[in-house]
Amino acid sequence: MSNEPNKVVIGLWDHEEVYLHAVEHIRAKGIEIYESLTPFPVHGLEDALGYRETRLHTAGFFFGATGTTLALSFMTWVMTTNYPIDFGGKPYWPLPSFIPITFEMTVLFAAWGMTLTYLVRNRLWPGRVPRIYDVRTTDDRFALVFDAEKYPADKLNEIKELCKKEGAVEIKDKEFSGKDEL
Amino acid sequence: MHAYESEFREPLINGMDKNYTKITDDLVAPTERNSAMWWIATLLTGAGSAFFVFCLGWTVWFGIGTWGLNKTIGWAWDITNFVWWIGIGHAGTLISAILLLFRQRYRTGINRAAEAMTIFAVICAGMFPIFHMGRVWDAPFIFPIPNTRGPLWVNFNSPLLWDVFAISTYFSVSLLFWYSGLMPDFGTIRDRSKGKIRKWIYNILSFGWMGTAKNWQRFESLSLVLAGLSTPLVLSVHTIVSFDFATSVIPGWHTTIFPPYFVAGAIFSGFAMVETLMLISRKLFQLEDYITINHIESMNKIIVLTGSIVGIAYLTELFIAWYSGYLYEQFAFYNRILGKYFWAYIIMMSCNVISPQFYWFKSLRRNLWVTFILSIFVNIGMWFERFVIIVTSLADDYLPSSWAYFSPTWVDIGIYTGSISVFLFLFLLFSRFFPTIAIAEVKAIFRISSEVAKAERAKKEGAAHGGFVGLSTIGPLDKDSKN
Repeated sequence: MSNEPNKVVIGLWDHEEVYLHAVEHIRAKGIEIYESLTPFPVHGLEDALGYRETRLHTAGFFFGATGTTLALSFMTWVMTTNYPIDFGGKPYWPLPSFIPITFEMTVLFAAWGMTLTYLVRNRLWPGRVPRIYDVRTTDDRFALVFDAEKYPADKLNEIKELCKKEGAVEIKDKEFSGKDEL
Repeated sequence: MHAYESEFREPLINGMDKNYTKITDDLVAPTERNSAMWWIATLLTGAGSAFFVFCLGWTVWFGIGTWGLNKTIGWAWDITNFVWWIGIGHAGTLISAILLLFRQRYRTGINRAAEAMTIFAVICAGMFPIFHMGRVWDAPFIFPIPNTRGPLWVNFNSPLLWDVFAISTYFSVSLLFWYSGLMPDFGTIRDRSKGKIRKWIYNILSFGWMGTAKNWQRFESLSLVLAGLSTPLVLSVHTIVSFDFATSVIPGWHTTIFPPYFVAGAIFSGFAMVETLMLISRKLFQLEDYITINHIESMNKIIVLTGSIVGIAYLTELFIAWYSGYLYEQFAFYNRILGKYFWAYIIMMSCNVISPQFYWFKSLRRNLWVTFILSIFVNIGMWFERFVIIVTSLADDYLPSSWAYFSPTWVDIGIYTGSISVFLFLFLLFSRFFPTIAIAEVKAIFRISSEVAKAERAKKEGAAHGGFVGLSTIGPLDKDSKN
């Protein structure tokens, strides 16, 4: 991200329940949490952070519907218009025998469409170099990142105090050069 | 916040020394050490895989005539192996999708390896129909691609074509499911890597995973919808495979019971293969705390259930053959039991129907040796089930002068055993470089279902009730539907 702050304050927790309460209390004080990193999905975290629900599944529905339409219309076109074949006087448009392929194509489109949307929206691709705030956030630490460029020094100290009070096991300042590397 | 769990339920993560750090250490460890055993096994299966490629090359060069097929039995080991491998591939998606929807937490210990197994099994399965075509270079024409012959399209009424769509969709959706779950764990390995090259490789594999709250929110949505899609998908795939037979008019194949019977059989054989592999891996990679006896018992329960469904299907088939009053159907079933392939029928019945019945006893369900041996039996039995259905139905057709017997050639045997080598070879590579247990998912159940968490809760309960830990721990079932 180009507009990522280069100076940040990072608070680290080691228990997800304490962390979750901390998020609620810190946000209640009107302090903006820039980023939140956890080693696994913590239930209720997105609500505590005030995130709105993801629309990924809605996208999945539309991808699936595209697959259904495409499969049905293509088979219809082939069997009735482009190359109609008479199978012993049976109908040219045998809908029941289209069901398996229509179903498979629905699933195929929904799954691929959703996964690609997921990768694009999360900005994940092979070779992407992420900003690693702390290597332990994929191991055993739950992190909150605050934008240090946004707040004056006394406010930052207040944030640090608050984190400590809320059970953070470690609080640190970190500065990035602007270019992320592994 | 956490889902309630009865304290009487056994923990899914054993060991009082566990915490998040320890879980990462334990689960990443197999990717960080070298072992001589692994090298030997990989070289052996690699050689087997090379022989597989050789046999396929032989088939392409000299033609399908190098197989034991004849005019009467035009499908034999090839399609038997195909259905067998597809069936084995079913457990992965079943474990990751259906058990996710049913909120069975024991899936977290075994889903990753089972999904990997699915992918490798489907790769092996796909080889058989492709090489049975003879002219493999024409294989792309199984898809409806524009061509200069009319254009002449594929027949959308044919179950063989439905199979093409089913298997390719199944393969690619399983791959997405598996890989989307792997990304966060690759991120974990990357962040603890010391070497620069190792870090770089695992970063590429992880797609630059960060683990922000938004990442995880979308991750959960993705895995839930993929699970919802894969559940009907996994049932449809083997249903469609069974259509290959059921929609034909061959006595012994033309039965409406095939779809549910094949699906149950697929789950049955898939779980058996998961057990065979997981019993070895848990020992080899010291994962006993994460794949516990509890996990094994749960799988054995599914095996006894699906094994019994398969048994009922066998008997129903026999009954209906008699009840139909249709001579040719009755003849086909007479041949299965008392014909020239009676021995295959006996192996099938004893391995698939009788052997899983041992699992009605708790002590046997929890016995590792019994489980290992029975899982092998089930794998053998399920191979013979397909052999019995396919070969005995074809061998004695309507015309006695064309009755035949199938004997495999060295090429048949080489391709089959070679495919097992390929499967094991891929699994060995997977278990050496990829996290075989879903690290993030195991951590997510740590506060609910680990020995540590249970002990903590018992202590708390004990303190609150003056030291009495007992009935007070029995609560309403799973209050929180979020987990």
